[in-house]
Amino acid sequence: MKHKLLGSWEIKKTNTSSGLKKVVISVTSIILGLIFAGLFVLLTGKNPLELYTEIVQSSVGSIYGLSETIVEMIPLALCSLGVSLAFRMQLWNIGAEGQFYMGAFGATYFALFFSGLPKLVLLPLMLLAGLICGGLWALIPALPKAFWNVNETISSLLLNYVAYLWIAYLVYGPWKDPKGNNFPLTKQFSDNGTIPVFGNTRISYALFLMAIIAVILFFILKYSKWGYEIRVSGSSRKAADYAGMSYIKNVLMVMFLSGAISGIAGMAEVSGVLHRLQQTISPGYGYTAILIALLARLNPISILLVSFLMGGLLVGGYSLQTSGFPSSMVSMFQGSILFFVLAGEIFNNYRLVRKKA
Amino acid sequence: MVEMRKITKEFPGILANDQVSLVVNKGEIHALLGENGAGKSTLMSVLTGLYRPDGGEIYIEGKKVEFSSPKDAVNKGIGMVHQHFKLVQPFTVAENIMLSIKGLKQIYNLKEIERQIIEQSEAFGLSIDPKAKIWQLSVGEQQRVEIIKLLLLGAKFLILDEPTAVLTPQEAKALYTTLQKMAASGKAIVIISHKMNEVMENTDSITVLRDGRSIGTVQTKTTNEIELAKMMVGRNISSTTGKTLSAKTDILMTLANVSALGDNGLLKLKNISMDIYKGEILGIAGVDGNGQKELAETVAGLRSAKQGTIAFCGKDCTKSGRKKRINLGISYVPEDRMTTGLVTDLNAYENVALKSYRKYPGAFISWDKVKHDSEQLIEKFDVRLASMSNPVKMMSGGNIQKLLLAREIDSNPKLIIAVYPMRGLDIGATDYVRRLLIGESEKGKTVLLISEDLEDILSMTDRIIVMHGGEIMGVVKPNETSREEIGLMMAGKRKVGLHEA
Repeated sequence: MKHKLLGSWEIKKTNTSSGLKKVVISVTSIILGLIFAGLFVLLTGKNPLELYTEIVQSSVGSIYGLSETIVEMIPLALCSLGVSLAFRMQLWNIGAEGQFYMGAFGATYFALFFSGLPKLVLLPLMLLAGLICGGLWALIPALPKAFWNVNETISSLLLNYVAYLWIAYLVYGPWKDPKGNNFPLTKQFSDNGTIPVFGNTRISYALFLMAIIAVILFFILKYSKWGYEIRVSGSSRKAADYAGMSYIKNVLMVMFLSGAISGIAGMAEVSGVLHRLQQTISPGYGYTAILIALLARLNPISILLVSFLMGGLLVGGYSLQTSGFPSSMVSMFQGSILFFVLAGEIFNNYRLVRKKA
Repeated sequence: MVEMRKITKEFPGILANDQVSLVVNKGEIHALLGENGAGKSTLMSVLTGLYRPDGGEIYIEGKKVEFSSPKDAVNKGIGMVHQHFKLVQPFTVAENIMLSIKGLKQIYNLKEIERQIIEQSEAFGLSIDPKAKIWQLSVGEQQRVEIIKLLLLGAKFLILDEPTAVLTPQEAKALYTTLQKMAASGKAIVIISHKMNEVMENTDSITVLRDGRSIGTVQTKTTNEIELAKMMVGRNISSTTGKTLSAKTDILMTLANVSALGDNGLLKLKNISMDIYKGEILGIAGVDGNGQKELAETVAGLRSAKQGTIAFCGKDCTKSGRKKRINLGISYVPEDRMTTGLVTDLNAYENVALKSYRKYPGAFISWDKVKHDSEQLIEKFDVRLASMSNPVKMMSGGNIQKLLLAREIDSNPKLIIAVYPMRGLDIGATDYVRRLLIGESEKGKTVLLISEDLEDILSMTDRIIVMHGGEIMGVVKPNETSREEIGLMMAGKRKVGLHEA
């Protein structure tokens, strides 16, 4: 194609892209995204550099900041691992937020009504309940998808609101702490219902859970028969049928597991960080998780890395409030970065070359 | 007159056209002949403005032109009928043609457009009803719509990509009559093809491409098929398959009164009863879309029978799905290699695993073993590829088919279903696939060969079933029948005195 804009340069398609090139493109895209978002900060009369310095300092500049970043990273990474599994099969599960809330619901049920059980029994029980509730919640859009090919994108998204309102009903109604001054929260979990933390940080041992799940997923996808079936089904459903793989079974299993991992994230949040269920337990972890999964190209190990960065951005965002910005400013940064990273994708497949004379 | 001078086009890793020159004169039908991957399609994509050449020039009527988009090419009178038609199914013929008219007014005169369509169709014997909806038309009629569209756009140079691949022999004949009329009226026509007999019968001159280079242009009158074959492949190829007919009597598979629905929910297989004998090559002839695909899928276990029973090796397997049929030893080479038979985003050895991945014990696949087996397979079946780790979509058509066949044959099946296995392949690859399938049948394997190419059906099979409209029109032996008899059955005339298949 000839474009006058490019002058003596032209865009050529390449089918290969080296690892180094990918990294350079990603980093450049992120920087450009930050510069773009910085323009809007400039409009408010503030210096964007100062703002970014502030974000970096508050998120990784101190032990406290770093620990808070890791606290945010755990639910982000878990939800992202969950959705990335579904994405591998081209199942667009964007209901991680709802699955997170339902996981928290399942875990809270046991924490509240079986609080007397010993820790070694109660915690696994809560984990199992969170996992199953999250998984079942994801099965609701999966069933019509598997049997009648109903678009799962919309149904999984809409179920987020149902889950959110279900939790609202519980914390405003039957599960409200009678001694809580009428705040919409349950009473605090007994010590047996809480995941231990590292030292005097807020980082819970759910960090191990996150790492283990990431590694397991990595191996499942890369080396297992089931992971292979997921990849084949994701690339071509016809080919999956042709090879005798059960598409229906795989849709149900993948969606259940995808929701279950987000459910585990919800359990880890109430049991490891908040120690109670309340109306708002997530600043949109389930949505940010989608962005992380895409930025990490669905690779479980990259997801951990990107989750750490996004966690840092969230923590930095909280600190922005002191300089007069809303913390939702972070959403703008995220959006800007995503925009540039996705636009930068084109350079992985195309190359700018000087025209031959 | 169109002249392409020293066209060069390079893709990453492939020199698709290397200084190719082509001259097409007004009033002639010019064939562009060559194996798959020889660069025919690339060259025509350059001419239609789809690709920009890296080198070389195009002249139209002596003037140098440069196309930056297909629109520019259309404006210069160049039009192409693609293998896959670009028509809107629920629209009428007139509405489809209207879509591509330049500068159509907001308020248009449909009657006038319909009148023009009838005028053009009568001029060249392309009978078509402008009010008919596309989905109601046969493939041959849809092709006519594409041609009329180009004529109304003012095309003086028509390029047709494998125009007869989807036609009955009778339709193909009618098409060439039309093309000859168009040439006589001063248009220049380019046919992309690899069917030599067709090119010999119907064209005026032939340019042969091989490995991205032009081997030469010859006048059809002064050449013969053997010379062309030599030009195309650079080596001698015998056209006989050396097949000896055999009459087998042991039954491998039986279909009794089987009916099945098509993808659109309509009955596509009607009460089919047939036996497949052990060790035979059973050919299914018919025009594309007459139930052959559904038959193949029903036998393979991908489509469930609505009625009737299916037995394999004496055991009922009507209800068993694809996975069970794979385990029974039913291999399947589907019509659609690129989306069904292979996963083109995955690499060569990951595609080989599509059949064998279940054999590994436990939950994991031994990818080292898969790679090792794939290397042997690729060597045994002479599959050429740059690297086993590249996505399959980067391989050439012939090698993609070889990889698919290699995988399906190597799993030691009892029955190999091959649907249009030679379609779109060049002489070299076609010859290879023929020998491969005949060789397998000599080793005792049974082959169900579905093809629309009578040449293949007649030269390769032991028995031929002809299908039309989802029904069996007749069963014949290749040495006791003729093209005409099969052609008539393909058109829907039932063989008199039809006995049990």
